[in-house]
Amino acid sequence: MSTTTVAHHEEHADHPSGIMRWLTTTNHKDIGTMYLTFSLIMFFIGGSMILAIRAELFQPGLQLLNPEFFNQLIGVHALIMIFAALMPAATGFANWMIPLQIGAPDMALPRLNNWGFWLLPPSAILLTLPFTLALFGIGDGALATGWTFYPPLSVQGGIGVDFAIFAVHLLGISSVLGSINIIVTLFNMRAPGMTLMKMPMFAWGWLITAFLLVATIPVLAGAVTMLLTDRHFGTHFFDAAGGGDPIMFQHLFWFFGHPEVYILLLPVWGFIPQILETFSRKPMYGYKAQVYSLWAIGALAVVVWAHHFFTAGMPVPALLYFMYSTMAISLPLAVLFFCWIKTMWKGSMSFETPMLFAVGWIILFGIGGLTGLVLADVAADAQYHNSYFVVAHFHYTLFAGGIMGIMAGTYYWLPKMTGHMYSEKLGKLHFWLTAISFNLTFIPQFFLGLAGMPRRIPDYALQFAEFNMISSIAAFVLGFSQLLFVYNIVSCARGGKKATDQVWEGAKGLEWTLPSPPPYHSFTEQPIIK
Amino acid sequence: MVCSVNVYNMASLKETDALTAKQQIDLKNKKLVRKLIWVVIGSSLFAFALVPLYGVLCTLTGLNGKTNNTAAVLSTAKVDNSRWVNVQFTTNVMPGLGWNFYPKQASIKLHPGKIETVIFIAKNTTNEVVIGRAVPSITPGIAAANLKKIECFCFVNQSLKPGEEKEMPLRFFVSPELPKDISDMTLSYAFFPAVK
Repeated sequence: MSTTTVAHHEEHADHPSGIMRWLTTTNHKDIGTMYLTFSLIMFFIGGSMILAIRAELFQPGLQLLNPEFFNQLIGVHALIMIFAALMPAATGFANWMIPLQIGAPDMALPRLNNWGFWLLPPSAILLTLPFTLALFGIGDGALATGWTFYPPLSVQGGIGVDFAIFAVHLLGISSVLGSINIIVTLFNMRAPGMTLMKMPMFAWGWLITAFLLVATIPVLAGAVTMLLTDRHFGTHFFDAAGGGDPIMFQHLFWFFGHPEVYILLLPVWGFIPQILETFSRKPMYGYKAQVYSLWAIGALAVVVWAHHFFTAGMPVPALLYFMYSTMAISLPLAVLFFCWIKTMWKGSMSFETPMLFAVGWIILFGIGGLTGLVLADVAADAQYHNSYFVVAHFHYTLFAGGIMGIMAGTYYWLPKMTGHMYSEKLGKLHFWLTAISFNLTFIPQFFLGLAGMPRRIPDYALQFAEFNMISSIAAFVLGFSQLLFVYNIVSCARGGKKATDQVWEGAKGLEWTLPSPPPYHSFTEQPIIK
Repeated sequence: MVCSVNVYNMASLKETDALTAKQQIDLKNKKLVRKLIWVVIGSSLFAFALVPLYGVLCTLTGLNGKTNNTAAVLSTAKVDNSRWVNVQFTTNVMPGLGWNFYPKQASIKLHPGKIETVIFIAKNTTNEVVIGRAVPSITPGIAAANLKKIECFCFVNQSLKPGEEKEMPLRFFVSPELPKDISDMTLSYAFFPAVK
């Protein structure tokens, strides 16, 4: 791409300016930027909630928060991090990068895309509004059931539950719209010659994610709708007195909830191999094996849900089925791990920030996966269920496996998106601070869980004091080092060393053939893939 | 999925030779969106279909310890004097009922096939008439189908006047078909405020 083409494109970038540009935009890059910005803001809101919790847990006894408020923070922290931070970040990258990676001029359904994003801010407001309302004496605060909405507690809860139910409805509609858009884009908008098996891995990860979302989000929407009618319209889906069953909610919820784990992770499993091949300067190992493994995991994801509530009571054959099918997921996952490592094997590796995050991600996500295998064991789970072991496990998968993956992607694509290089020095500092404080936060929680500290309780026995103190201090370091991340992104967006088109020496793929930043309208002539 | 996409790729090309490339893509997109919306509608319906499915599954397998809430026919099977089964009782009163409720005996040892009667006692501690409904559940769930109730206060709503105390009988037997490895079971009753 020469500079004249850039100039040519700039002329056509006629869009309204100011706020109207962002409200009415149908441009995939603008929408991607909005998703990513929204995600970053919500990451800090969700993060500050958990810092309040860690401050309370710094010492045994009740110091800062009353238990009701503590419970509300726990549930809203989870919902925000899952639905408003991690999922929008992945969708933001999808919007930015999928059209560039497959040589499409834009997403297939640009207006739907705009609507999909603008449903998010209202739902974030719905989630957090009850906190503010409670200050004015309306209602008793936000959802206090934990993010899982289990009845009968959620049937008895205050208006916070209703707000959360409607927020989940909006978030669900938003992600279903986003998924439909991504599926249609990937099936119909690929550049001529790019067969499905030539798609970049990120596109594959998102394709399977999108199918999982379309298939399971409606089940969650249905379950919370039943909860709503149980609360207000006299139905008894989950009320044993009326012939219902509270355990059924757990089945419905986790039928969505377990695939949700892979919804959060599959996009990351998509772009991490691309980062690894870039900085190892050799082609990705086992492309086909990785694609088939992604499909296998996507398929297994919807048939293993009941391992989230082994202790709720199930016949032994059911326990065994859910245990073995859960453990079976580790087989395709092991194939993926093997391919990731083999991609780096004997490569001429260099460790820029994205690569640091990617390599650290493999190790930390590996710990998350292995501790999951422990929890899948029915006999062991009886002890670990609802303990801090579980909390540490899913933070290894969702913070390390999810958010640190997203950070790797951010550093990887930031020069492409902004046209400037970020500060490598600050990036590396951010990585080391994050990786070390993350481990110091959650390794003690494994031990706390093994020793029997239950999750979601604002107070604890004296014997847990030291580990909680370490965990709280590290959590604050972890939280505040994310300010470096924001500073680096903002200063990179404002200026800095010009990035080349290819940005990274070993980068391959269509997005690196465009100028950095790419013009407002890219690939109006589709490239041909041979 | 891969195959079907290729098929209609070709089909739409034939039908729409006259259209511009942009219109063709729009048409293809619309078709695929329509299909995907059907998937969304399908999985929404599936969520609600799971409710009756779950009920059927629980009754068939005893999952969750659900038992039939209707009277079983009298035992015609021979009493199996060769083994003992220990049936324990536990009770809960759910919020909003205001009753005391407990079994007269904590457990009973019986031979499979033998009909026994156990008395539960309920007392209304409030000063108004309260209607309640007991919901049974059996552990282990796999044994649920083998506990046969002939007469139970849980079959119908129970009404207690202010301060009234009532003996509530349960007549039941354990079917001799109870799997050999089960020697203990727990029958739990949760008393709920009756649904109006």
